[in-house]
Formats: sequence, C-alpha cells, structure tokens
Amino acid sequence: MPNSPVWDIAIIGAGIVGCACAAAAAAAGLRTAVIESQTPGGGTTAAGMGHIVVMDDSPAQFALTRYSQLLWQEWAPELPQGVEYSRCGTLWLARDETELRLAVAKQQAYRSQGVPAEMLDAGALAAAEPKLRPGLAGAMLAAEDAVLYPPAAAKFFLDRARAQGACLIQGECAALAEGGIKLRDGRRVAAGEIVLAAGAQSTGFMPGLPIAPRKGHLLITDRYPGWLHHQVVELGYLRSAHSLAEDSVACNLQPRLSGQILIGSSRQYGATSAAVEPGMLARMLQRAMDYMPELAQLSSIRAWTGFRAATPDKLPLIGAAEGHPHVWLATGHEGLGITTAPATAALLLAQMTGTPAAIPAAPYLPDRQPETGEAHA
Amino acid sequence: MPERVRVKVNGRELEMPAEASVAAALMSAGVSGLRRSRTGEPRGPVCGMGVCMECRVRVDGRAHQRACQFSCREGMEIECR
Repeated sequence: MPNSPVWDIAIIGAGIVGCACAAAAAAAGLRTAVIESQTPGGGTTAAGMGHIVVMDDSPAQFALTRYSQLLWQEWAPELPQGVEYSRCGTLWLARDETELRLAVAKQQAYRSQGVPAEMLDAGALAAAEPKLRPGLAGAMLAAEDAVLYPPAAAKFFLDRARAQGACLIQGECAALAEGGIKLRDGRRVAAGEIVLAAGAQSTGFMPGLPIAPRKGHLLITDRYPGWLHHQVVELGYLRSAHSLAEDSVACNLQPRLSGQILIGSSRQYGATSAAVEPGMLARMLQRAMDYMPELAQLSSIRAWTGFRAATPDKLPLIGAAEGHPHVWLATGHEGLGITTAPATAALLLAQMTGTPAAIPAAPYLPDRQPETGEAHA
Repeated sequence: MPERVRVKVNGRELEMPAEASVAAALMSAGVSGLRRSRTGEPRGPVCGMGVCMECRVRVDGRAHQRACQFSCREGMEIECR
C-alpha cells in the first residue's frame, strides 16, 4: 500500500510477551508496530496469576526463569503502582517427609545456581502462614519470587514502547504475507521482520507449530488483608505442570496487595470452551482447601479461565521460525509467560540484531532437537 | 410489638427488631456508611437484595457479610468500618 509506513518489526499480539518485545525493539531503535485486535494484555495475560517464579522442571527452564526474574528486579523501581509488584516470595509446601526431601533437593539446586532459598521446618512454616493446616512437614522459601498484576505490566511495556516511537495497530491479523501481514479488514502492514507472539492462537498463523492450548481455571476472593503473606504452592505443582496428558489440579495460592487471594490452579488439554467448569473448579478448590481449610469461609468474587500456550518440552519458542524467512517466534510460554516475558524479549532482540545474549539461546530455538530422556521433578 | 434483640454495633449495644435485616436495622438506628471502599469512600446499602455487595459488614468476626441478607440475632456483633 503506498504511503503506509514500512516497519522494521511488526509484532502479532499485544500480550505481555508481545509488549515486552515491542519495548525491547523500540529501545533498540527499531521502528516497531504491535498488532492487536482485542484489549492489549487482555487475553491469556489477563487470565494468568502474575507469579514471577523460578521453576526447575529442566535446566533450561531454570536458566530462563531466573534470568527473567533478575530482569524484573531491574524493572521493579520503574513499575507504576498499578502493576502491584510485590516480592512476597514463594513457599513450596512439603506435605510429608518424602516431599520434604524433594524440597531439600530443590533448595540445593537453587543454591548451586546462586538463587536464594531456605528451608522452613513445620514450626517455622506455621508461623509464616498461620492459615495452613497443621501437619505439613515444612517448606522451601524462594524469597526472591514475586507477584504482579499482568495486564498492568503488559501496559507498562506497551507504554514504554510507544514512548519510544512504537505504534499499536488495532486490527485482526488474517495471515502472514510476503513482506508483512494481512489484516482481516483488508489493510496490509508492511514490515521487514515479523514476530509471532500470539500465545495459544499462534497456530492460527502457522499451523505446524508444536503448541496446544492448555486450559486453566482461577478464582479470586474478596479482600482479606493479612490472611496470606506468600505465594503458597504445593510441591506437587511441578508434577501437575509437567504432566502432558491428564487433567490436573494443584494448590497454588497468591496474596494480592488488595488483600484478595487468587486461588489456582488447574491444567486441561483438549478443552476448547472457555466456560468455567464447575467440576474442575470444585476439584481445584478442594485441593486448595486441603492445605488451607479456612478458605471455605471466604467469599469469592469471580472465577474465570484462560488458555496457556503449551509446548511438548515445556519451553517457549524464541527465535527464527523454521521455513519462514523474516518471521520470528516468541510464543509457547505455557504458564510462565509473565515470568519470562522480559527474558524472551532480550533473547529475541539479541538474535534479531545479532548481538550477544546473557544466557544461551539454544534451548529455546524453535528448531531445537527435542531432548531425550532426563525427565524429572 | 415485634420481638427485639440486643446486638452490638462497633461495640455499642443497640436494640433491634428481630425480624429486620441487619441493613435495615442499622439504617433505622442511624448508622450510615457500613464500610469503606478501597480508596476510603463510605459505602452503604444500594440494592437491598444481595446483589450490589455494597453493604458488607463484619459479623461475629466474619468479614464481608452482606447486611441485607440476614436478620438480627441476640448477641450478634456487627462491625462497620
């Protein structure tokens, strides 16, 4: 189209990953456009918990989440109040002696990588979170984990990008085209490079991508200030997050700065409807109440669902799209998109501009070979 | 005369009609502003039928109880903030 600008980079999707990539691209001096048909940060970003968490399902996941957590810490002083960034820490709960041994192994793994982690015995855990039921064996505290409000964080990145010249194009992408993107209303966005950051919807533009939607439920309570102090997650969460086939739930509770408590989590494959499923919600709440029985006394405000973009090896796709020149991927973040958005943006921009990255990019490249064996956690 | 019960409102003892909703009883006793919003604005009953959530008070230690949805009981302790 004559007279329309040619962007250096056009990013499909203004979720937190797309917005973080836009901020990084604009900061690098690239003419950047972000294309979004809905409210920026209003999709899976808004449906998620906003837990900035180091996860150790694999060494590559550990490296990416920790690197990104440190990037969040650098952003922290600049985040507006509405982002509600709070370094509350995560308590990984051990039910019994078996899980306690897992927690100790986890602590050693964290410490060997320079990530602060400490063990709490049963008494210290009860003092830290008095609403937990008695009889738990202990917990590992990851004190540098944090929480934030994801749509506000996405908006923060988008605002930064726009302040440095990036443009938000409101429109629905129809297809990738030669030298740009075709929008559903007939417009064409011309761009030198395209970044696909559409989460679970990415396969709509590139059907071969190894991404499947994985549905999750969340529920939020009314305000009960002082009720909960840390993000509280059962160690079994790793199993729930790791499982590729079965529907699963895990106790995962988050204190909001408002005093509200966010209750998760569930994971389902094959679910296509976004409707809240009472049976799944009940399982999830029962699991949460197994750890904090008094949750049953609290009023809930709302329950909702979202779709994570899950890959087979539970690592995101960050880098050049195989067989698609000038198309780059920043998608497939499953439940860690909020945590790893800053690292994703940094790794992607390093590849696009041919500059060195802070951590090896190989484990997240879209054309990586699948790892064999070595499943754990 | 309707049966009357004694309740405490913010520590002050009041006599209320037993069949009145807590919201109605508080209003008839001249208590306005049942709670404060997150930004500090006073809030009180709007719909009177359990939908608007504006009349929440603390009852016998339980937070966020809708005052329009239950009756006064002898010895009930109500906190409006």
